[in-house]
Amino acid sequence: MKKTKLNPLHGLLGAVIVSGMLASTAAQAEITQRGAMLANTCVGCHGTNGVSTGPAIPTIAGISKAYFTDNMKSYRDGSRPSTVMGRLAKAYTDQDISDMADYFSAMKYVPQAQAAKADMVAKGQKLHTKYCEKCHSENGSNPADDAGYLKGQWKPYLEYNLYDFTHDVREAPEKMAKKLKELQTAEGADAIANLIEFYASK
Amino acid sequence: MLLSRRNAIKTAVAGAAGLAAMGMMPLASAAAGKKVVIVGGGIGGATAAKYLRIYDKTIEVTLIEPNVDYYTCFMSNEVIVGERKMSSIKFGYAGLKAHGVNVVHDLVTDIDAVGKAVKTKGGQSYAFDRCIVSPGVDFKYDAVPGHSEEAANTTCLHAWKAGPQTEALKKQLEDMSDGGTVVIIAPPDPFRCPPGPYERASLISAYLKKNKPNSKVLMLDPKDKFSKQGLFIDGWTRYYGYGTEGAMLKWIGGDKGGKVTKVDTATKTVTYEGGTITADVLNIIPPQKAGKIAVTAGLVDDKGWCPVNHKTFESTLKAGIHVIGDASVAAPMPKSGYAANSEAKVCAAAVFAALSGRDMAEPSWVNTCYSVIKPGDAISVANVYALKDGKIVSVEGSGGVSGKFDPEMRKREEMYAHSWFNNITSDVFN
Ligand SMILES: Cc1cc2nc3c(=O)[nH]c(=O)nc-3n(C[C@H](O)[C@H](O)[C@H](O)COP(=O)(O)OP(=O)(O)OC[C@H]3O[C@@H](n4cnc5c(N)ncnc54)[C@H](O)[C@@H]3O)c2cc1C
Ligand code: HEC
Ligand code: HEC
Repeated sequence: MKKTKLNPLHGLLGAVIVSGMLASTAAQAEITQRGAMLANTCVGCHGTNGVSTGPAIPTIAGISKAYFTDNMKSYRDGSRPSTVMGRLAKAYTDQDISDMADYFSAMKYVPQAQAAKADMVAKGQKLHTKYCEKCHSENGSNPADDAGYLKGQWKPYLEYNLYDFTHDVREAPEKMAKKLKELQTAEGADAIANLIEFYASK
Repeated sequence: MLLSRRNAIKTAVAGAAGLAAMGMMPLASAAAGKKVVIVGGGIGGATAAKYLRIYDKTIEVTLIEPNVDYYTCFMSNEVIVGERKMSSIKFGYAGLKAHGVNVVHDLVTDIDAVGKAVKTKGGQSYAFDRCIVSPGVDFKYDAVPGHSEEAANTTCLHAWKAGPQTEALKKQLEDMSDGGTVVIIAPPDPFRCPPGPYERASLISAYLKKNKPNSKVLMLDPKDKFSKQGLFIDGWTRYYGYGTEGAMLKWIGGDKGGKVTKVDTATKTVTYEGGTITADVLNIIPPQKAGKIAVTAGLVDDKGWCPVNHKTFESTLKAGIHVIGDASVAAPMPKSGYAANSEAKVCAAAVFAALSGRDMAEPSWVNTCYSVIKPGDAISVANVYALKDGKIVSVEGSGGVSGKFDPEMRKREEMYAHSWFNNITSDVFN
């Protein structure tokens, strides 16, 4: 995978914000829009602008629109398991979800460097390159992959989801499921733990 | 990746269209220099102050709050049983100041809706174009016959506003000898944090089971039912022998004689419809009403709470003054911190819209309350609300409580509860 092109929207918004005169106008435009109104209700749990301070609720700032939309819909129809998102997602229309997708995808992702064991990180990095990087490029921090954030996402959240993927609780994309099986067969019992340490590391 | 490139192009087009729309807007805000005074720097007030400044930096926002430190009620039950430090529920106002909020530490003594000014104990007067009031609750001490404010501050604590009372109740529990009885008197509806008393009973039971296993907890309740009842009772049965002969925790509802008729605060003796008991620790959570300043300012109805327009939270009794949080009547939304935070943002949008002559977006609210039944086992209630015919309603077909007991899910919910705490406090104060 080549270095990603900057998300064009980020670029444009950035230009607006730099031209200070317009800065407050942009913020004002936001709250008169439904996306910001809806997003405001999520951030009590997900953190201001969708950047979570942890320890477990995932950051959703900078999330890809397609991934966000798919996953809100699968929470809504119950096909993705959850503790609480399923109950909440049922309240939103397709239009609501699309408005929130616009909002959260325009926010800046802030990776969280967490405590991680160096030897496991090194092993995890190799495993990531071998099994995951193809679809989760830039160590899983490229929203253009439409596959969620891995590097810098909160550790317990990654643990729960990798547990769910490997225990037939959350459905993984077919090819990822295959890679996860290969990983577990070929690399031993600690493979997933090593990957998680890598994603949590700086 | 083909797919992502396609998405990127779509994004670019949408972004450019959005900018064109923005470009047509006037640059100077019509709200420039307008003054908003916020009474109370708790969850509702602090959120409103911060978000108003985010929406429009040209609005002058003054927040008036007597205390230099704010202690959250949420997670204070964990402090009471020693699961968490008092310092972890303490927050200050530096973050709001960094947003350009003028923070004043004083007590508001009057709000003049006609003269549009707020007066303080310190003798200051603050003029406003709009005022937002979020004073939280006050207690009706004498609604429990025999109880008094003095007793509530010395012996029969409420610990329903976090701070010195939180630490004092913790100490009473620590000082109680094994074999003692803790009696908790729950309040009638409506009150701050509907699942709160039941979470407290749960956590105190967990503490006693570990440290003073011969002790008992008795909850006396004027209500027949309570929040997340099914899940609490399921947990109490699992952990505290609920419903059995020697149960550590017993709950008596109103229809089973749980209504208290008299307390003797000196001997901690409680007479209720079903009997009499002498407690070692007596935690009386009194019936509640809107914070005192709401009464002084003429914002309350005959039930003691503040009726508001559900879209803007403007008082239906006094024009130009908005009431949010526990003090307002926003049912079906509960009196909770999440609700106060959510209401504050909608109210701030309404105030911004009113001051700048814009339309506000169609409002939306969320509430979630996490409760810990035992360390490692947490449950939640979550709801989304919309405006329908001018009233807040719970969105049909959504929301509700956690599923049946599943140890893995409950452990996750506890981790998520702690995440919620970190994120909401940061959303309010940073
Ligand atoms: C034990 C317990 C557990 C709880 N757990 C949860 C939970 O898990 N989740 C949840 O969402 N909610 C929870 N809550 C509820 C939550 O704490 C309240 O609903 C929330 O604080 C309400 O916000 P507010 O702004 O209305 O009031 P508050 O946060 O109480 O703020 C009111 C502020 O106004 C100030 N004030 C009052 N009068 C004046 C005046 N005259 N002048 C100036 N300032 C004034 C006060 O000093 C105070 O700082 C819990 C409550 C309790 C008691
Ligand atoms: C009560 C807290 C809470 C609220 C409110 C909340 N979330 Fe979540 N969110 C969670 C938790 C916890 C998870 C993990 C899944 C689960 O167990 O529910 C999650 C997961 C997600 C994910 C999946 C992230 C990923 O990388 O796959 C998305 C997307 C999301 N939430 C969006 C939202 C949106 C949009 C809202 C507002 C409409 C919202 N959430 C409101 C707690 C919350
Ligand atoms: C064939 C492509 C592919 C491969 C290989 C792949 N993934 Fe994924 N992964 C995806 C896609 C697509 C999604 C989004 C699934 C969805 O929308 O539910 C995803 C989602 C995830 C998520 C959930 C993210 C979130 O925010 O909830 C995790 C965790 C994850 N992958 C880890 C891995 C790991 C670890 C590997 C390597 C062992 C891996 N994936 C290999 C395509 C892949």
